[in-house]
Amino acid sequence: MTVVRKKRGVPEGLWLRCPSCQSTLFRKVVDQRLGVCPECEHHFNVSAKERIRQVLDEGTFEEWDANVIPADPLKFADRKSYADRLVAEQKRTGLSDAAITGGGMIRARRVALGVTDSAFIMGSMGSVVGERLARLIERATRQQLPLIIISGSGGGARMHEGILSLMQMAKVSAALARYDRAGGLYVSVLTNPTMGGVAASFAALGDVVFAEPRALIGFAGPRTIQATIRIELPEGFQTSEFLLEHGYVDRIVPRDKLKSEIARTIDYCGK
Amino acid sequence: MEAPTPGLAFEQPIYEIEVRLHELVRQTDAGPETQHEIRRLRRELAEVTRQVYEQLDPWQIVQVARHKDRPYTADYLSLVFEEFVELHGDRHFGDDRAVLAGFAKLDELQVMVIGHQKGRTYKERTACYFGCAHPEGYRKAMAKMRLAAKFHLPVITFIDTPGAYPGIGAEERGQAWVIAESMYEMSRLRTPILCVVIGEGGSGGALGIGVGDRIAMLQNAYYSVISPEGCAGILWKGHQHAEKAAHALRFTSRHLQQFGIVDQVIPEPLGGAHRDHHQMAARVKMYLNKTLRELLQTPLDQLLEARYEKFRQMGVFLESESPA
Repeated sequence: MTVVRKKRGVPEGLWLRCPSCQSTLFRKVVDQRLGVCPECEHHFNVSAKERIRQVLDEGTFEEWDANVIPADPLKFADRKSYADRLVAEQKRTGLSDAAITGGGMIRARRVALGVTDSAFIMGSMGSVVGERLARLIERATRQQLPLIIISGSGGGARMHEGILSLMQMAKVSAALARYDRAGGLYVSVLTNPTMGGVAASFAALGDVVFAEPRALIGFAGPRTIQATIRIELPEGFQTSEFLLEHGYVDRIVPRDKLKSEIARTIDYCGK
Repeated sequence: MEAPTPGLAFEQPIYEIEVRLHELVRQTDAGPETQHEIRRLRRELAEVTRQVYEQLDPWQIVQVARHKDRPYTADYLSLVFEEFVELHGDRHFGDDRAVLAGFAKLDELQVMVIGHQKGRTYKERTACYFGCAHPEGYRKAMAKMRLAAKFHLPVITFIDTPGAYPGIGAEERGQAWVIAESMYEMSRLRTPILCVVIGEGGSGGALGIGVGDRIAMLQNAYYSVISPEGCAGILWKGHQHAEKAAHALRFTSRHLQQFGIVDQVIPEPLGGAHRDHHQMAARVKMYLNKTLRELLQTPLDQLLEARYEKFRQMGVFLESESPA
């Protein structure tokens, strides 16, 4: 059964409210529609585990590199220590870090799949996300597998690991450049939200780039831009549709079509 | 001797001696006693400057890295290189003044230089958005790097930016995409690349021209995943906590060397690069000459393999024996 991650302020239970159209929805109906509002097609955020269930053939997922786990190299502390934050996030989400990677089948086509989960410290990329993705890409290169990465990250590069997080952008991009040279097919799927250092590295580098409808995607956060230029941001700024119009996204793909669209792309590219 | 001007807040003890020294030097009828006092003050000035600069904290280092008199890319272009032939434009949209690019001669060695430019006067600063590049800046950098690789010129980049520009046009023209593509292309560019962080290494905007075979950093530069103000705004809920964020982020040259991100820290002249552009430039030049010659002697395939491994090794994580 599909589990839609609860949003702040939404009561748990049988009903939930769509943040987009404000309709009160029967949770089971939303779950059956893969976490999409039946009234307005709003795409709720879904967890990485749920995303994997939606995209891969049932029972085919094999997780890789789960034994790579986060450290606290900076001994970072803001109002809370990073070490405590990690433990709290792990408990809350059931994940060890913000990305899950592994192998599986999409309509009987074998793929390498990575998913970032925006619930774990904003889906931000620290050393573990960078390392798991780099290993995923290298494995896809060796095994000549199509590569699918589904991004959900409002946080970009993770501040708590400082410069080490920033360098993951270069590390993962370099691995993708090698994968590209080896002739691999990379489908990047952008979901709400994909920002900062994640948008400016692996998310942008797909041979084919899909985006879910009305996702927030961009480099600088809207608040940062607003604070810099001090004018009203245009309607629909930094949405999937905005990026499609400006030429950065190949297709906007509703969630229920994602699996078949990926399979079709793999077939066209002969992989 | 020019009249001293007050510098950064923590430089006050230096400034006070400079003022006293200046008054004595101005005296035209200086007797032997005054001469003696001048010599004494000069020694004291050097000693106090050394003391102040020896123990800069991370927040003070940010101030030095952003100093209005700090040498910029354009200064190094004139002080380090015999010649600079500027090449404009990204072939797509425009010519971003926040990125300088062109052929240059390092003694007799021909190279391509690419660097962020902040501008000295107000007019220059606004023209280049205080060193914040738009997508056309990164596209220009990429185009000139491809040109360099085609004709076997090594690439030198000077990194000095608060960050890539956050604006409507920048997003419309694919800021995230161009930074990603820059790293992607630089990781496999078939010519040696040498990167030097000369002032501010502001996040993705810095890394967009920061993938290379060697990464050097000036002693009082900083290189960070996010500005201390930005980090404070998010994690401490207020920009006024930037100093705390500066300490937490561990972004000084000393830290980056410890983390294995930076290969070499280039020491700054006494009291920071802004006090002596010529000496700073001489040290940068010495480093570039030595390192470029090393890189040029390495076979290209070996260089590219080592470049990949260099970034591949970055990151700190734990790995349990058996898969969890």
